Amino acid sequence: MAGRKRRGPAPGVLASFIHVDAAVDAIRALRARGHRKFVVYSAAPSHEIEEVLDQSISPVRLFTLIGGLTGCAAGFGMTIWMSLDWPTLVGGKTIASIPPYVVIAFELTILLGALSTVAALMLFSAIQGRRGIAYDPRYSDDQIGIFVPGGADQQGAVEQLLRSAGAVEVRREAA
Amino acid sequence: MAAVAHPRPAGRKPELEINQTHADVTRDVVATLSQPSTGYLMLLACAVAMFVAGLLTFLILVKDGLGHAGYTPPVFWSVYITTFVFWIGIGHAGTLISAILFLFRSPWRTAVYRSTEAMTVFAVMTAALFPIIHIGRQWIFYWLLPYPNQRWLWPNFKSPLLWDVFAISTYFTVSATFLVVGLVPDVAAVRDKVTGWRRAVYTFAAVGWQGTDNQWRHYSRAYLYLAALATPLVLSVHSVVSWDFASSIVPAWHGTIFAPYFVAGAIYSGLGMVITLLIPLRKALKLEHMITDYHFDNLAKLTLLTGSILFYSYSMEYFIAWYSGSLFEQTTFWRRPFGSMWWAGWTMIICNAFVSQLLWFRKIRVNLAALFVISIFINLGMWFERFVIIASSLTNDYIPWAWANPNITWADWGILLGSFGWFSMWFLLFARSFPIVAIQEIKEMIPMPRRRAGGHH
Repeated sequence: MAGRKRRGPAPGVLASFIHVDAAVDAIRALRARGHRKFVVYSAAPSHEIEEVLDQSISPVRLFTLIGGLTGCAAGFGMTIWMSLDWPTLVGGKTIASIPPYVVIAFELTILLGALSTVAALMLFSAIQGRRGIAYDPRYSDDQIGIFVPGGADQQGAVEQLLRSAGAVEVRREAA
Repeated sequence: MAAVAHPRPAGRKPELEINQTHADVTRDVVATLSQPSTGYLMLLACAVAMFVAGLLTFLILVKDGLGHAGYTPPVFWSVYITTFVFWIGIGHAGTLISAILFLFRSPWRTAVYRSTEAMTVFAVMTAALFPIIHIGRQWIFYWLLPYPNQRWLWPNFKSPLLWDVFAISTYFTVSATFLVVGLVPDVAAVRDKVTGWRRAVYTFAAVGWQGTDNQWRHYSRAYLYLAALATPLVLSVHSVVSWDFASSIVPAWHGTIFAPYFVAGAIYSGLGMVITLLIPLRKALKLEHMITDYHFDNLAKLTLLTGSILFYSYSMEYFIAWYSGSLFEQTTFWRRPFGSMWWAGWTMIICNAFVSQLLWFRKIRVNLAALFVISIFINLGMWFERFVIIASSLTNDYIPWAWANPNITWADWGILLGSFGWFSMWFLLFARSFPIVAIQEIKEMIPMPRRRAGGHH
């Protein structure tokens, strides 16, 4: 789009760790200094990191529940309404016969529950995604990364903290 | 400071130890995506040729009609419906391993679940073709769906055949979703290792994954809920398929045990296919250090369990046929081993009930050559099980002058061959395009190096 400015990379400090306990120490120290908006990269989820970050439970579960309930209601609603809309006596059963419709309602519960879970995962990843921040391909391999956003005035103290916690590499990212 | 590398978490079995670093895992799995070998290309060519044979057969059926497929009274449900149930069943072991064992926190599934999950998706893709082939006028298959048509007619939701439409389409969608969600972090790991056009492709497929703490927070929850949803789904799908038969009044179909009987059979047949695929695959991709004898031992134990449930179910079918006092039921079960289709009946009993009992012996469970041969028998036996249940039960109708065996023609064999080609083609393409072993979950099994002694937990 003409006239729209492209955002540059966010300024901050990017540190790499090969030891998980060193990364945990660094996160603990950052939180003790009042840092909250830093990003931790890892190749696999780690309980130690999760614990020290003290994260709340993902709201994805709410979407799963809403999707599942919607699917269940849609399953019963669709089958009952369609049966009543064109009433045909089949097998001596009532026009809107609930037991056979449980199968349809069950399948739609699972289907919409699963699809809304994935939709929520994509939505939260997009909303809370941190585009434009520093990343290193080693974080999907065998290292843990911590990116602490901040201007040049804060970068010295953060770099010092990360190095003393055991970072094997620290680099400053300019704006 | 001396690093303490990879301490084994307390309580973990030594068989689950992977003597590799995280970097080794990425390297070895990414290596499976390198230039394909001549053997692989030959296998792929075979699969494509089989698929083309099936496609040509299908085109002839579309042009001329199902008469070529030997649809003659009294057996109209024969090879196509048998093969449909066979492929749906194959998928079940994949979901068992990927979802149910995930909920049970069974760590041995990690090395094998990706390949089994892919098998599930491709098996359901294969199975879903058969109802469409079977209906005859394939171009109006969408009449099965509840859509607002000109006359506002709706499908009959009381029919088990319509339950199938919902069960199979849900199973495919959820299985494919589960597979794709599981793949994302691994695709990102591949993206960060490759170069050129492959990097561009994997960057697109990784949908911006970077493994941030927030991404893992949502991902771990989403994956857990997908597993929790897939678990009842897999148990329901083959139950719904079994009700296609059980809700009719045909002798040998009208049984209350059909749902659990079919689910156990499905998992048994799927495990057979998992073993058939994994033994050559791990050798071809040089993954022996990740998929070990321990994994095959566990797969074989599950096969033994489900095979024994089948043995019990077969016995109960015969017992109830006798105990019911119903002449029609008794006659139908007498005909299975001693009627005109005795060869199919005995293939089913021997391959499923008896061959699986060999797996009581550990020596056989860890002998991969023996296990491979047994898995072939299981595949064969389970196809014949469905053929016996479906086709042989229809041979002796209520009108004795119409009694006849299934009329199996070249069109039946062509479509059957094509289905194996279709399935193999997708599986082979997947194995060379995406990580066939879950990089991220294997890494979760390997503790990261620590500076200080003493692990977490």
